[in-house]
Amino acid sequence: MSDAPLLDIRDLGLKAVAGPLVEGFNLTVERGEMVGLVGESGCGKTVTALSILGLLPHPAVQVSAGRILFRGTDLTTLDEPAMNGLRGNRIAMIFQEPMTSLNPIMTIGDQIGEVLALHRRLDGAACARETARLLDMVGLPGTSAQQGRYPFQLSGGQRQRVMIAMALACEPDLLIADEPTTALDVTVQAQILELIKEMQERLGMGCILVTHDLGVVADICDRAVVMYAGRIIESGKINALFGAPMHRYTRALLDTIPGANPPGQDLPAIPGSVPPPGERPSGCAFTGRCSAALDRCGTDLPPAINRADHHVFCWNPAS
Amino acid sequence: MSALLSVRNLVKHYRDRDGQPVRALNDVSFDLMPGEILGIVGESGCGKSTLGRTVMRLETPTSGSIRLGDLDLSRARGGKLKAARADIQMVFQDPFGALNPRHSVETIIGEPLIVHGRPDRAARVRQLLDLVGLPQAAARRLPHEFSGGQRQRIAIARALALSPKVIVADEAVSALDVSIQSQILNLLLELRREFGLSMIFISHDLSVVRHVSDRIAVMYFGAFVEYAGAGALFDAPLHPYTRALLSAIPSVPGKARPRHLGRIVLKGDVPDPANRPEGCPFHPRCFAVRDQCRTTPPALAVQTGGTQPERLCACHFPGAAGPA
Repeated sequence: MSDAPLLDIRDLGLKAVAGPLVEGFNLTVERGEMVGLVGESGCGKTVTALSILGLLPHPAVQVSAGRILFRGTDLTTLDEPAMNGLRGNRIAMIFQEPMTSLNPIMTIGDQIGEVLALHRRLDGAACARETARLLDMVGLPGTSAQQGRYPFQLSGGQRQRVMIAMALACEPDLLIADEPTTALDVTVQAQILELIKEMQERLGMGCILVTHDLGVVADICDRAVVMYAGRIIESGKINALFGAPMHRYTRALLDTIPGANPPGQDLPAIPGSVPPPGERPSGCAFTGRCSAALDRCGTDLPPAINRADHHVFCWNPAS
Repeated sequence: MSALLSVRNLVKHYRDRDGQPVRALNDVSFDLMPGEILGIVGESGCGKSTLGRTVMRLETPTSGSIRLGDLDLSRARGGKLKAARADIQMVFQDPFGALNPRHSVETIIGEPLIVHGRPDRAARVRQLLDLVGLPQAAARRLPHEFSGGQRQRIAIARALALSPKVIVADEAVSALDVSIQSQILNLLLELRREFGLSMIFISHDLSVVRHVSDRIAVMYFGAFVEYAGAGALFDAPLHPYTRALLSAIPSVPGKARPRHLGRIVLKGDVPDPANRPEGCPFHPRCFAVRDQCRTTPPALAVQTGGTQPERLCACHFPGAAGPA
């Protein structure tokens, strides 16, 4: 079992009433690896992350196909008590909005303590000590005064540190961070990313970083998966993926970043917008916006092209 | 060339619950030239939105002047203020909250024309839709039928309805996906080329600000700490805060980081306007802090030795070496 990847998602499909949200999603995450899951709003990255934790909004979104193997166990077949034993324990998640994901009427000490009591059976002084250690670890003073504070008394960055302390309370094997810095200022973003990276390395966790920010992925991930309209369109090691993107969408995303262009000049914009679920073509969903689309692109699903650690789904790849 | 908009010593203080003053804006001065885009950057709570709203006179300044042509907006009231607003318009961050969900696009874009009694409304609305790249069929539809990027186009059309001279854009592209963001940035740049529109472009995203701005002001604790041409600011930042901000920008994927932008991770949090440190307001987070910084607040001074006379920086030790 130790040979199996930490997380192995095979041919995952997620569907809602309006139509399929995610199709044919494959991803493996090894221990100690940081994988970026990138794409624009509505591409299915958050719902994919939620499906790993069994947190899909029921019954609106359901797993329609595939398996999610965590250390060899298929998470889609587990019942609720078994999932509860894993969630927050072996698999933890950090959410985007630290204000709404913390309980506003519970002190942060109690919120971290709750995780410790539930999964590690700590109470009393041992629990307080461990809470203090966790707060120290994420760069907040672990004093009892600090533990007695409420979320509203903390800044956005401090709240996100508390979220990270909670997520790390059981030293999880897999950490999923969904836009962990999107709501934060750029200076605080740099602090939090550094903290996540440091913790990931120290604890040897596998980590999935869900984000729309390609720059963040380039800075801290080992590998990334680019999604478009519910499907993976390209994946690979950061250098290969961003250095020589093969899919026109990845390339267009990189080209349209202001920092990659001479100031004041028109940005190479991607015309049109992402087709919503239910209106996606039967072939490649990027066809309508692609500069190099062939006749078959709109009708036939593109094949996988594999070059070493770099994979693309395209009929007419660049380079 | 004389300035279109001239802001002098602008101050805006609020009162918190206990009646203590919250100094959101402290002595801000700048000139906006015709056709110029001035970028305003800073962290949340630095006063950049307050600046935009005060210049628009959505807030009444505590003191200072805002000269637009012959009129001082800071003191204008009633009919005069209303007339002046035809020349200065705003685009907000949230294209969902900024449009009345029960009004058709035609009504939304046409409303400023009604308020200001302009003729030929229908024709002007058609023209505006063209200008921002929306189809004529959009006129009869409601905001919820549009995507975020299209809604921002509607908001821009409305801001342009009265042919203003100045647009204040407060985080106008921040809520948009990167591919849509570049469409809107292109639109704003095109409007500037076409109509010589001036803009105050407020954003927390430094690379976006760099892209569109001619000059950039960096704000901290309600005041400018550095003010320079966009290129000069990015190539050779003088204020330690500017340097830290620039270094925190994530890399451009596929490109190496510029050498002078070695990462400086600032300690501590964004400033709390109700809790102002002594001396230089940035000193508790500064990597180059010295004794003088803890006691004496630096003035925003012209930097000698620079090629550009208008380069300003508020630091006792501008250009100080980075952290070891």
